[in-house]
Order: sequence, then C-alpha cells, then structure tokens
Amino acid sequence: MDTKRTTFNNRLLPYLLLAPQLAITLVFFIWPAAQAVKSSFEREDPFGFSTVFVGLTHYRQLFADPNYLDALWRTAVFAVSVTALSMLLGLAFAAAVDRLARSAKIYTTLLVWPYAVAPVVAGVLWWFLFNTSTGLLPFFLERLGIRWDHDLNGTHAMILIIIAAAWKQISYNFLFFLAGLQSVPQSLIEAAAIDGSGPVRRFFTISLPLLSPTTFFLFIINVNYTMFDTFPIVDATTGGGPAQATTTLVYKVYQDGYVGLNIGSSSAQSVLLMLIVMLLTFVQFRFVERRVQY
Amino acid sequence: MVENRPFLTFLTHAFLILGFLVVALPVYVAIVASTHDVSTLMSGPVPLLPGSHLIENYSTILTSAAAAHGLPNYSHMALNSLIMALAITVGKIAISILSAFAIVYFRFPFRLLAFWIIFVTLMLPVEVRIMPTYKIVADLGMLNSWAGLTIPLIASATATFLFRQFFMTVPDELLEAARVDGAGPMKFFRDILLPLSRTNIGALCVILFIYGWVQYLWPLLVTTDPGYYTLMMGMKRMVTVQDGVIQWQLVMAGSVLAMLPPILVVVFMQRLFIRGLTETEK
Amino acid sequence: MAGIHISEVSKIYTGGVKAVSSVSIDIVDGEFIVLVGPSGCGKSTLLRMVAGLEAISAGEVKIAGRVVNQIEPAERDIAMVFQNYALYPHMTVYNNLAYGLKNRGTPKAEIDARVAEAARMLEITQYLERKPRQLSGGQRQRVAMGRAIVRKPAAFLFDEPLSNLDAKLRVSMRGEIKRLQRRLGTTSIYVTHDQLEAMTLADRLVVLNGGQIEQIGAPLEVYHAPASTFVASFIGSPAMNLVKGELHGDKLAIGPAMVALNGFAPTSGSVTVGVRAEDLRIARDDEEALPFRLEYTEELGAQRLIHGTVGDQQITAAVSPEIALSPDMRIAVDAKRLHFFSIETGKRLPGNVPAEAKLAPVEPVI
Repeated sequence: MDTKRTTFNNRLLPYLLLAPQLAITLVFFIWPAAQAVKSSFEREDPFGFSTVFVGLTHYRQLFADPNYLDALWRTAVFAVSVTALSMLLGLAFAAAVDRLARSAKIYTTLLVWPYAVAPVVAGVLWWFLFNTSTGLLPFFLERLGIRWDHDLNGTHAMILIIIAAAWKQISYNFLFFLAGLQSVPQSLIEAAAIDGSGPVRRFFTISLPLLSPTTFFLFIINVNYTMFDTFPIVDATTGGGPAQATTTLVYKVYQDGYVGLNIGSSSAQSVLLMLIVMLLTFVQFRFVERRVQY
Repeated sequence: MVENRPFLTFLTHAFLILGFLVVALPVYVAIVASTHDVSTLMSGPVPLLPGSHLIENYSTILTSAAAAHGLPNYSHMALNSLIMALAITVGKIAISILSAFAIVYFRFPFRLLAFWIIFVTLMLPVEVRIMPTYKIVADLGMLNSWAGLTIPLIASATATFLFRQFFMTVPDELLEAARVDGAGPMKFFRDILLPLSRTNIGALCVILFIYGWVQYLWPLLVTTDPGYYTLMMGMKRMVTVQDGVIQWQLVMAGSVLAMLPPILVVVFMQRLFIRGLTETEK
Repeated sequence: MAGIHISEVSKIYTGGVKAVSSVSIDIVDGEFIVLVGPSGCGKSTLLRMVAGLEAISAGEVKIAGRVVNQIEPAERDIAMVFQNYALYPHMTVYNNLAYGLKNRGTPKAEIDARVAEAARMLEITQYLERKPRQLSGGQRQRVAMGRAIVRKPAAFLFDEPLSNLDAKLRVSMRGEIKRLQRRLGTTSIYVTHDQLEAMTLADRLVVLNGGQIEQIGAPLEVYHAPASTFVASFIGSPAMNLVKGELHGDKLAIGPAMVALNGFAPTSGSVTVGVRAEDLRIARDDEEALPFRLEYTEELGAQRLIHGTVGDQQITAAVSPEIALSPDMRIAVDAKRLHFFSIETGKRLPGNVPAEAKLAPVEPVI
C-alpha cells in the first residue's frame, strides 16, 4: 500500500481526516457485524433478560432446516440465472454497438438508463406486466397455452423476479463489455481481417477471448448484485412467496430477524452471508491484482 | 475499418432496435397505463396505446392519492427521497475524499489498519447485518431521523478507493512543487487536489445520487414515521393493498415520476455516469 | 544569494540501501553546479535532500550559512524546476507563477510586478491567462522556470528540466537557462544524466556513480583528466577508448603493437589505457603505429568515426572525412595524450596530466 514519494509530516492531522469514516465504519459496520457473530452463538430467553451460549446450535439447526436449504438452492438458481441472462444480453448489445461507429453513442444512451431505475420500481413494473388479470404478457402467454400465475405457481414467481432483476442489470454489463470491446487493440482486429476472418468469426476468436477478464469480473459482480441488491424486487412483488418459492437468503434473514424476531437464527444466517461476501470479495480482489499486472 | 457488409450492419441495427424495444417495454406499458382509468385497466390486458386520463391521473397522484394509503403527500415523499439522495451523496464524497487524502499523502502509525477497516465495509453490506445494525441505530436514538437514515450509509470503501486511485495518479511533483511553494497539507488539499478531483467528484455524484435515490431496505428498517417515507417506500405501500383493487393507473403514474429523476441524470450526464460506474468498480 | 555547503551527506533507505554515501560539495555563491551520472547514481536524491523533499539520513546541508536539515522546503529559500514541470494544471500561468508568492503573503502589487518581470524575461507574457495544457512543451518549460524566478530564491534546483523536450528545443533551452542564470547570478544545482548538457552548462560538474562522487571539476578538467575509467567513459562522446595495455619501461604494449612513451609512463605492468577518439590519427609510414582493422564507419559530417579493432580490442577513432580508408590501417597517438588507469581500482594513475588540461578555464560568455 503505497503513499506518495514525499508525504506531509503532521502527526495528528491524518487521524482527524480519517476520523469520520472510521467512526461510522466502526459503529455501523464492524460493531454490528461482531454482534451478529456473537448472537449467532447465543440464545436469548423469551423476555430478553438473559442469554445462554449455545455454540453451533443455530448453525446446526439451519443446515437441518429444509426451508433454509431450499432458500440456499433457490438463491443459487436465482443468482446464476440472473447473471447468465443479463450478461448474455449485455454482451450481445455491446458487440452490436461496438460494430457501429457512428450511432454507438445514441444506442448507448438508449440502453443504459435501466440502471437508474430503482429495484423496487423495476419489480413493480414487471409485476404489472405479468399481472394475472391486467398484464400484457399473461394475455399473450394464454394464447400459447400457458396459464401464467405467479401468485400460485412458484416457478412463475421465480421467473418473474429473475426477469426483473436481470432487466435492471443488463445496462451495467453492457457498459463494461462495451468498454472491454473498445479496448481491444484495433491493430489486432485489422490483423485478423487481413488473415481473412469475417466479423462474426473475429468476434468469437479474437474479441471474446480478450474479454475473459471482464467476463470473470462481471460474473462476480453480478452474483453479488443478485444476492444482495435484489431485496426490494422480492419484497415489492412476491414477498418471498408463493410458499417460500422466491425467498432468497437475504430475504430470509430479514423475515426471520426483523419480522419474526428470531435473533439467534437470523444472526447465524447473517454470519453465513458474510462468509459468502468475503469469499466473493476475496476472489474479486485477487483477480484485480492479477489484472493490474497485465 | 474499411469493411462494407451492409446486410450485417442492417442486422445489427435491427437487433439493437428490437433490443431497445424489449428493454423499454415495461416502461412504455407503465406510461400507457398511467393514462387510462381504472376500469379500462381492470377489464383485460393493458391497451397498447395511451388513453385520455393522463392529466387526471398525474394530478391525483400528486395531490391526494398517497393520502388514501396513509402516506404523506407525493411531493413530500419526493422531497424526502431528494434529501436522502443528496445527503448520502455529499456525505459519502466528503468523508471518502478526506480519508483517501490521509491514506495517500501521510505516513502514520496504524495507516494499514485504517485501510483495512475501510476495506472491510465492502464485505458487510447492510443486507447481511440487518438486525444488529437496526439495534445500534435504535440504541443511539436515531430511528425516524435524518441522521439515522443517512449517516450509516455514507461510509463506503468504493468511493475512498476511487479517490485513492486517482490521487495515486496525481504526479508526485505537484505535491513537491506545492510544498516548495509553501503550501501546507490543507492548503494543498484545497488549492490543488480538490480542483483536480472535479471530474471524479462529478462522476461519483451521479452514481451516488442514484444509489441514494433507490435506497429501500434501510429506510424500511429505520423509519416507521410516515413523515420520513421516501418514494421507494411509498411505491411499495401503494401496491400492498389488503382488500380492494390496486389503483394501477396511479401506481404507474407514481412509478414513472419516481424513476424520472435518476434516469434524467443518467441520460444527461452520460459521460460522467459511465466514468463513475466503470471507475468505482475497478 | 548564497552558497550551499553539503557535508558528509548520506541517504540510507529503510532496508539499508545506501543511495548517497558521504557526499561533500562546497558551492560558492552564484556558481552553477551540475550533478551528472547514470540513472540510480543518487544525483536526484542528493538534489531532493537539498530541497527538503527527502530526509537527510546523515550529514549536514547548509544554505546561506544556515543548517537546513530540519527545515521545510518552503522555508529553505530555494526554488525547484521539475522534469515534468509540475505546473498546477487547473491554474492559469499567472496563478502558477503567483501561487508561491501568495502563500507567503506577498502584497498583490508586488506579485503583479514580479510575475510581469519574470514573464517578460521568459517571453511568456502573452500566455499569462492560459492554462498549462494550452501550451507547448517549450512554453511549459518556461513557465516552470518562471515559477522559480519570481520567488527570487537563494538557489535554483533543477531536476532534469530538459529531459521531456525534443532534441532541438533542448539545445535552445539549455542556452537560455545558462543565460538566465548568468544574468540573475543565482546559485544553481542542476541534475542531468546527459553529459553534453552537463559539459555545456556547468561551472563545475560533479560526476556521481553508485551514490559516491567520482570527480568534481570544471568541465574541461574533467574531460581532459578524468579521475577514473568511469568518468572517462561517461564524459565525452564518443566515449574514451579504454584498452588493456602493458607498460615495459618506457614502452607500452597494446595487443601485438608497441608504442614509445617518451617519458610519460607512470608505472609499470598491466594498466588500462585510455585515449580519446580525436587523439588518434592515421599514422605516417615512418612512425610507430597500431595495426587497425576497420569494421564500420559513422559519418558525423565534420568528422568521420571509424570503428574497428586493434588486436582483439575495440577502438574508435575520429578522423577527417577526406582521409581514404582501407580494411587494414595503421593509427597513431601522441604519448602525452594517453591516460593511464589502475586495472584494480579504475583510478587515474598520477603524474601524467596531458598539457591541454592545464589550459586556463574559458571565461564564461554572457
């Protein structure tokens, strides 16, 4: 961790400069996280007067609880689906825009704005579009012989939140893929053109392999996004239902802790989530370090 | 590139236009729905063309609709959203730029520790520490207050890292020249570093404004007083109707208004937005 | 105006790396000193210690009789010109020049007057309202100089100020720096890796290698009597030929050939022999000479460099372009033009200073 070649000599000033950020971090991040770890090993009596150390009990219960294991599995399905869908579309749009020099800017504008739509609004919009009685899409699906009902059908509900979550994330992936494509050296593309490969073949043999660092980076970011930033989509539309079919891990922490007031179990779930984020962050930064050396 | 494949170019345009139409579909439907009355919407699928109730619906949402759900005025919630977005933007930038300055331009004991403490925030999004954070805010008496709504959200590693990364690219000689010119640390910060960071601050403003505007879980946790409700919470209240029909035309009008400010920011500050997005995630 | 006294100054980095070891230089008021050496020789570190941008590990730096080791750069009464100019990119040229004066609380009228004077001297008056990015490299360089001048400091410190300019501009700016320094009479320390720049600018030059001083002296002293093989190969272009030789009494053997020394032999046994390319000439038929096998030539216009071997050792000679060449030639040198260095230490062997070095230094041309 470098500083500048020369630095200022003041002793007290750097601490003063850091104080606001460190104070907030300690009080609102580190302390609560420590509390979560602590209470995940404890059980509170019903009146909150005393706590008993119960070791790994909460964790054991979680992994024996089919509801939790279900949520884990559904979160994985959700994360992978959203990531795959939004990355594929983002890449396709980026590849198309990259081909068009003159109109690239206007298409970029047309495709980036969904990033600014709040997750809760995105959820409401798609919910309306899929609304069983008034929605546009069920009307067309009916003609194809599909009776759409996300209020009763868990798979339909999952598809709904996947689409809403992916829709919001396409613009993000699009921008990063476009930046990646635009940084592919023009000379490489020209060399390949002289070697006789057409634009489609060039994309798959030259551009796509060179995008692999971007792809990997986006994969981590998207998994992170789907796991943690989609809470409003779930909360505003399916509310975790029907029958827990769209209860993701984060939603479950919220329900068990904030709504159900089951502190011990909710804390253990928080700790497990922290481990997942740490793993993702670790992988991401290991990778960034490597990328810097390129 | 000297290459002429008109058919492929045509396909590319067609694909992008189709893509845009699909991406824009939900928003288009929302706009259309916000121009019809409730009976049209309840009697089958949404029409594909706008209706005639635009002014009526938007004036209802802006005046009385929210009150029917026990919510404050729409404009009151919009103001709350704005206050929250701006407070988070300004707060985050202020504390991040100061701590990045300390970390890059000073050597002092526990510098590395401070860096790691900031880094750790990346691994602790509010979603994973809902209960204990709520409890601390409650213990500090910050529930239902602007401080409780904003302060816990303004510590972030990404903004600090962005500034750190930018400061590292500022030539060392600039600091040296300023020192020879008799500038102390805060003078250097104000006269040289701050003006040089203008573009980065602008880019961060765009990203953080959106971040603050779309906050949902945190206000949901710490506010029970409707006087602090933001638009995002209002939206949710309006669609969770226990009995009776959802006033879709009003929900959609509300949604359109709620997404307008951040979309306008992105579209009109596209360069800063893209820069902010791609730089903060490096 | 002030002298600068550097005594026994060292820079030791954490980890024990010695970037500068025990360097002492006495610089008199108004003198132009050039620190020259290859990259990593410690010249910039030394300059930065004088500026106060780098802590002094050991020793003492005095500016105008005052020990400045613990004094902030701004209080040392120095001004510095950086290689990348370090102009404040968001300030106009005027504000770049005025910034240091403002920080010192100089009255506005005085700032205006000083900036105007410096701008006139450097011919940048018409650019005062521009930002640095609207200027060419040479103009930026002038602004950087201007920022140093307006302060009227006790000393100028230059850290490779011309390295970022193209070759032609470098030559003209070099002349300008010299002219300004003469006119202002300000003590200056100038760091460069370019030996030609060092030769042309310096009143005295300090050749540094591995954090130590190899030689201090006027440019011609150093050129004609290099204190070591390092200085011999570093100063002058083409570099001085250095070959292995054997001294037998008054004779010198280089490979297969013998040269009579006419009393110039400083010692006996193996030595490193140095001879400048321009001191070699095509031998007359009747004199003792070295057999020279021609490999290739380089045309410089006024001169022609011929590269080849004597025995198995590389030699370069500078000859007139009119002289006819052949694959095998004979070249000769006056014994008094030879330099002898110890094989073991690389140091100059005493007692054979060629006559040219005793020339009086050229009076500075203003």
